[in-house]
Amino acid sequence: MADPPQDVPFEHLLRELAPQVLGAVARRFQDFSSAEDAVQEAMIAAFTQWPKEGVPENPRGWLIQVACRRMTDQMRTEIARRERETAVAKEVENLTSFLEIEADMDPDDTLILLFMCCHRALTSSSAIALTLRAVGGLTTAEIANAFMVPEATMAQRISRAKQTIKASGVPFRLPAQPERMERLPAVLHVLYLIFSEGYASSIGTHLQRLDLAREAIRLTRNAKTLLPDNAEVAGLLALMLLTDARRAARTGAEEELIPLDKQDRRLWDRAEISEGIDLLTAALSKASVGLYQLQAAIAAVHDEAAKVEDTDWPQILALYELLKRVAPSPMVTLNYAIAAAMVHGSAKGLELLQALDSDPRVADHYRLAAVRAHLLEKLGDHQAAIEHYRIAAAKTTSIPERNYLITQAARLAGD
Amino acid sequence: MKYILLMSGTAAGVAGYHARSKQEIEAHMAVLHRITKDLSESGEFVATQGLAGPNEAKVVRGEKNGVPVTDGIFPESKEFLLGYWIVDVPNAERAYAIAGRISAASSNMPMEVRQFATYEATSR
Amino acid sequence: MKYILMMTGNKSDFDGYAKWSKEDLQANVAFMRAFSKELKHSGVFVSTEGLGWPSEARLVRAGKDGEPVTDGVFPESKEFLAGYWIIDVENPEQAYKIAARVSQAPGAGAKSANMPIEVRPILSSHADLGL
Repeated sequence: MADPPQDVPFEHLLRELAPQVLGAVARRFQDFSSAEDAVQEAMIAAFTQWPKEGVPENPRGWLIQVACRRMTDQMRTEIARRERETAVAKEVENLTSFLEIEADMDPDDTLILLFMCCHRALTSSSAIALTLRAVGGLTTAEIANAFMVPEATMAQRISRAKQTIKASGVPFRLPAQPERMERLPAVLHVLYLIFSEGYASSIGTHLQRLDLAREAIRLTRNAKTLLPDNAEVAGLLALMLLTDARRAARTGAEEELIPLDKQDRRLWDRAEISEGIDLLTAALSKASVGLYQLQAAIAAVHDEAAKVEDTDWPQILALYELLKRVAPSPMVTLNYAIAAAMVHGSAKGLELLQALDSDPRVADHYRLAAVRAHLLEKLGDHQAAIEHYRIAAAKTTSIPERNYLITQAARLAGD
Repeated sequence: MKYILLMSGTAAGVAGYHARSKQEIEAHMAVLHRITKDLSESGEFVATQGLAGPNEAKVVRGEKNGVPVTDGIFPESKEFLLGYWIVDVPNAERAYAIAGRISAASSNMPMEVRQFATYEATSR
Repeated sequence: MKYILMMTGNKSDFDGYAKWSKEDLQANVAFMRAFSKELKHSGVFVSTEGLGWPSEARLVRAGKDGEPVTDGVFPESKEFLAGYWIIDVENPEQAYKIAARVSQAPGAGAKSANMPIEVRPILSSHADLGL
């Protein structure tokens, strides 16, 4: 399938409508997997026909109608093959108009889809791909392009993900409250991964039409609308906004990475920061503090500093203390060591890194070497710093990171 | 016709590169960046990839009891692939010209140029 | 995460391959086709290429006037890239398992060649958020 044309004004409309259409059709036919294929085909039909015929008066109804037709055509073929009366066959004969199906839509459908697509039986990459297509309304080609794999591979990944979901027997309905809260972290994690992938790939001039970070923000906004009282959803949205706000400042003219402490803060998006802080303030006023709220709070402290020297490191350190208790991980410990170094001196920071040397999850990670190098440099041990910058450069799989680390080493070596 | 332009190095070579001045390294990165951009504009660019160093490499030889048999030891002097460009050009000469440009930008390191095998029948 | 799986050989390996029996060659080709298909089916396939013969390989340097200087002479011991697969998988262990599979492709005399397959991570042009 060819990529949708460049200036497609209804592209955003289609993305918003897709999960609504899918929800309605999946519920009617009680078949998420086939409905998802049918909706994809309806989207492709829209991309082909709407530029010529204009956007229909009821675009959502149009999509439902086309998707339903695909579903019933598919079922007729199967029935003819099986030559058996089934409840489905009866359904086909009695198929009510698409307007009734549309009227049957539930605002919770998008939420149901999110829970389905972030099912724990799926790998992260499968959940991400399926979420972007089924909930994000993106095309297979767009998703494939974003992850730099062939379209056929992405289509297969999504197809297998749906088979896994089908095999799990999960019905198309909202999980009951306690189960919902248990499964929400998986949903938030997938949205977070989509944002991270988008933010990481916003380096570089290969201007992809698809902005994954923006898509993640959009999907998280939708989730927040559906779960308005959930502090972690609000926290995640705040984290995304507070991080995305720095986007313009993180890349230099030669597409080189500019670290947080060297960024031109005038380029930060103050409106996004403002919105992030408002969201966070509202979220923190609720009872428990979760991992996304804490990460957002840390991002907020950074973003509130007009100059890097104004950064409230003691507050950041306190927040990392909390994060270590709420969601401990080697990366959190690493970041905690950086904050500790800023408050208590680089020697203290280096001391804290030692604990990570024996942690197999992170001992070989480039960031451990990179942080060590940075602290050694601050202590004035240039030779050791150079060595560790180079160790880090050899370990990272990111070209912009590697370039940055090599040039740091070269800078020190040249002094 | 698609050609792959292979850039290889040794551990010593890489260490030597890292020992260069910041300006030299940045200048080199900028030139390679420029070459890739030019190739995109001319429509000859297919792909370019950098590979992680040999410390991150494993050699796999079959399986034992369902577990891959891996070996990560490389002799220090062995040459390893650093990365490559894939270009789509009308003839070998153009591929050599592009390789020459990359070589010139990279202290005249030799670039190995190989054509892709295709499934098309060749006339005899 | 993207990995490259590389198959290499020296000149005598290539010469040997050229002398395989028709049956052995067909078995190997059939295996490789099925292998690529399997990669596509499991949603990990990114690309695969076979390279031309080493006799066609050239080393290129820039000459004095900017014109490329080509040279087709290589040491006997030189390892040439024969072909590669690029896959996109969840973790390195998956990459090694896939490499182990292709390394057991049938070789001369219908035995598994147990070819050494080099597995390397491919660097990404994205930043690394260290998550």
